[in-house]
Amino acid sequence: MYAAFFRFLPGPVWARVLLCLLLAAAVLAACVFWVFPFVNSFFAVPEATVGE
Amino acid sequence: MSEKKPRGTAAPALRPRRRKVGVIGVLGELFITAGVFVLLFIGWQVWLNDIIVGAEQTNAASELSQQWEDAAPTEEPVEPAPDPDAGATPEVPAGEGEPVVAAAPGAAESFANIIIPRLGSDYIRSIAEGTGANVINNREAGVGHYEQSQMPGEVGNFAVAAHRTTYGAPFHDIEKLVVGDSIIVETQDGWYKYIYRGTQYVRPTGVDVLLPVPQFPGVAATDRVITMTSCHPKLSSAERIIAFGVFDSWYPRSGGAPTEISTLAQAGGN
Repeated sequence: MYAAFFRFLPGPVWARVLLCLLLAAAVLAACVFWVFPFVNSFFAVPEATVGE
Repeated sequence: MSEKKPRGTAAPALRPRRRKVGVIGVLGELFITAGVFVLLFIGWQVWLNDIIVGAEQTNAASELSQQWEDAAPTEEPVEPAPDPDAGATPEVPAGEGEPVVAAAPGAAESFANIIIPRLGSDYIRSIAEGTGANVINNREAGVGHYEQSQMPGEVGNFAVAAHRTTYGAPFHDIEKLVVGDSIIVETQDGWYKYIYRGTQYVRPTGVDVLLPVPQFPGVAATDRVITMTSCHPKLSSAERIIAFGVFDSWYPRSGGAPTEISTLAQAGGN
């Protein structure tokens, strides 16, 4: 799948590698800023307070 | 493409130019990808996000500190006005006298900073009123004051809560406190220095740690103590770690910060 995607990309090898890195960085940034916080909201947070 | 040709011709039998993309192959790659994302998420949750949110909380606290410093009257000697409500004691040398007790703040309002040099030379976080998710899951405050407990400097118990993991984890290293360490609470009025005395582990329902005399229901308070609660063990809600400190001294804002953090304040004021 990724191999096919790599072949599908245009340009010389270095340009395709660069493009892949950029895409990976974009995906990672999207995860950190939007996806992970959203997923995290479904997790129980360890509780720090004492209470009845 | 032209560079690849010699390689392709070098081993034509072993490396067919175009492999067929099989269902199993795609599925495998998807699973691997999913696994990588799960690991990334865990890394984000227990490490990266705490660094990001922790830095935001530190910045917010430093700004608050700076605002108070800017708002404070500059050096001019305050006349000993017979104002019973203000209760300011500028003529009292730093580290002595009765501490000013501020009125209870509004809900979720950041009214104090907590400075614990043991947790880092630049460790400062804001304390806001209340211990709900809106305070302790906050990107600015992070530390919450139990509403039923007393205020900084007040006789009784100034009790606060913060996360040990996730949401900036203000109390991540709370178990590293050593007897005698300073826990300094800064408000608009000045600095309240508490000295760390010990740690207890209690059940999540151990509300007696919030009493004016912690763990002693019905006993009238004569001392000023600070109680910090957080989760224990890390990443779990099974128990709570409780750190206690006792009041040591009071530094009015007009007299400047305690020496152990005044260098900090200069460096940390952005």
